[in-house]
Amino acid sequence: MRARTMTPFGSLARAMLKGFFRDRMSVFFAIVFPLMFLVLFGGLLTDQGVSRSEIIQIGAVPVLDDADPATKEAFDASLEITRSSDEPDAVAQVRKGDADAVISQDGDRVTVRYSAADQVKAATVRGTFEAVVQAANLATTGQPPTFSLDPRQVEDESLSTIQFVTPGLLGWAVAMSATIGAASNLVVWRRNGLLRRLRLAPVRTPSVVLARVAVSLMIAAVQTAIFLGLGMAAFGLELSGSWPMIVPLLLSGTLAFMSIGLLAGSIARTEEGAIGMANFVVLPMAFLSGSFFPLDDAPAWLRGVGEALPLRHLNEGMLDTMVRGEGPASTIAPIAILLGFAIVLTAVSARVFRWDA
Amino acid sequence: MALEIRVDGLVMTYGDLRAVDGVSFTVAPGEFFGLLGPNGAGKTTTLEMIEGLRRPQAGTVRIGDHEPWRRESGLQRRMGVQLQASSFFERLTVREQLDTFGALYGVAAGRTDAMLEQVGLVDKAGVRTEDLSGGQLQRLSIACALIHDPDVVFLDEPTAALDPQARRNLWDVLRTINDSGRTVVLTTHHMDEAEVLCDRVAIMDAGRVLELDTPAALVRGLDAPVRISLAPGTLSAADARSIAGDDPVDEDAGGLTITTRRPAEVLSALADRDALSGLSVKGASLEDVFLELTGREYRA
Ligand SMILES: Nc1ncnc2c1ncn2[C@@H]1O[C@H](COP(=O)(O)OP(=O)(O)OP(=O)(O)O)[C@@H](O)[C@H]1O
Ligand SMILES: [Mg+2]
Repeated sequence: MRARTMTPFGSLARAMLKGFFRDRMSVFFAIVFPLMFLVLFGGLLTDQGVSRSEIIQIGAVPVLDDADPATKEAFDASLEITRSSDEPDAVAQVRKGDADAVISQDGDRVTVRYSAADQVKAATVRGTFEAVVQAANLATTGQPPTFSLDPRQVEDESLSTIQFVTPGLLGWAVAMSATIGAASNLVVWRRNGLLRRLRLAPVRTPSVVLARVAVSLMIAAVQTAIFLGLGMAAFGLELSGSWPMIVPLLLSGTLAFMSIGLLAGSIARTEEGAIGMANFVVLPMAFLSGSFFPLDDAPAWLRGVGEALPLRHLNEGMLDTMVRGEGPASTIAPIAILLGFAIVLTAVSARVFRWDA
Repeated sequence: MALEIRVDGLVMTYGDLRAVDGVSFTVAPGEFFGLLGPNGAGKTTTLEMIEGLRRPQAGTVRIGDHEPWRRESGLQRRMGVQLQASSFFERLTVREQLDTFGALYGVAAGRTDAMLEQVGLVDKAGVRTEDLSGGQLQRLSIACALIHDPDVVFLDEPTAALDPQARRNLWDVLRTINDSGRTVVLTTHHMDEAEVLCDRVAIMDAGRVLELDTPAALVRGLDAPVRISLAPGTLSAADARSIAGDDPVDEDAGGLTITTRRPAEVLSALADRDALSGLSVKGASLEDVFLELTGREYRA
């Protein structure tokens, strides 16, 4: 039966883990909430290239109707053409945004009417029809084209948005739950007197701290498994060669974020204060670390601030190994930075730590 | 094996407040010792210094050969502690709390059932502590203090929230522990409890020990008169006065009360007049000693 005696470390970790998984709010914010973002980003961004422009064709448009089959196929990929004879109504539809453009031809003159409201669509429509008209002009000269274009993407062809979104969101999820978990655990136990009670039990402080570390690592492992699992199953996430290196990365990242939580929990007096403080750090950090969108267009000083944040290094490390196909050596610098951050902040927390409320 | 506790010249100040101001006493191995005193007297602070939760600003505490503030696990394994405010792990059941505390002390999980039985929480084993009543929480807190069968037990107001049944049952538990040779130190505001349980009590006020003795000796030392109450109608006020002589006689709706230092004489005179039915005799209690020593004013 249950005759086996657990170690203090094991029993504390088990108690913390049960306390976590029995709190629906904690589980929601650690797992469901970040996953909602993954679904949102993954779903929204992968759809972007697929949506076709809706074109209304008025009467006969020979440049379209008489195009060769290859060109027609290319149209079908980007344009969805319907026919109408009611020109004013078609223009009204474009104005309302129900259709993207109206095309008509009067003799040699091809007219495209579009709305500038959606700039991407407007550019696509204009570009496409300019090309169509150019091609038709060229065809009337009877000359074969001198130049041809051969477009190629630099990344692996399978690469999609999900590859970039997953590491950042996973980093944010881990940062959020490690920070808030450590902070609120500390404050709650101090306020309800459990920290004092534990001082009188034959348990040394490192066992208590290590138990919390173990719990945060387990939660991070669950988050990682769910993120990667869902990403691969639903959004076509593909992991590149040295992806297992994200394990040591996430491990040292968790330690760094816990140290933030430890500091917040040492300073704050109430649980609300601790969670607020943790959020105050984590949310801006997530933005500045490129968790939600890339920072390539951000001003240099903002990117500089990002360099000082642990999440930035975790995100970069994960992108390098999971997506950019870099080798294991690329993780050495981020791991060193994360661990250094954890050591410094833990030392600071130890100075302001209090057992008593 | 029980341990001796030696407390010598303990001091703890909070700013200008001398919460504990030179407290000294010794608790013999196997003794049942009570700390009494009004709110704010310094009982909890004294106890916390003895347990090792606070390091004394002056003075020393020895439990056996140990200085408790050093928090040596050798001592902590032999020490059971119930703090005034109970504290538990969030969202764990009663059984899980006991299992966890047991594991902290290296106790096999089998002890949990025995403890549940002892404090009458068998029916609540599967309930989370958030859903327990105040008295049930307190019983669980006591069970957590006793889970590892400690040699010395410190209980800070263990019966404060308990109903009369639970209180009597806890007395039995504590007596059994003490009878097996373990040292028990408790604080309480129930004087009857201290009188029934404690071998010796220390009465504290304003950080100092005012009296320290067995409850019986303290009551005797008070040399207080006995109050003999008669049911209404058993005796006329005039007769009562003649029996009482110089001793005061009070009359109210509940009957007559003679307050005397010669109860034997008064009682035999009452017996001669066949006035014993419905009679009650009340000697001084520890409560009288307590009030005599500490006054009747509210404490901050
Ligand atoms: N942490 C603290 N900071 C400041 N003052 C304190 C602190 N702890 C206790 N005191 C003060 O010290 C005095 C003694 O407190 P203590 O808790 O020891 O009293 P007590 O005898 O246990 O009272 P009670 O019967 O109400 O439990 C009180 O006046 C209290 O206000
Ligand atoms: Mg107290």
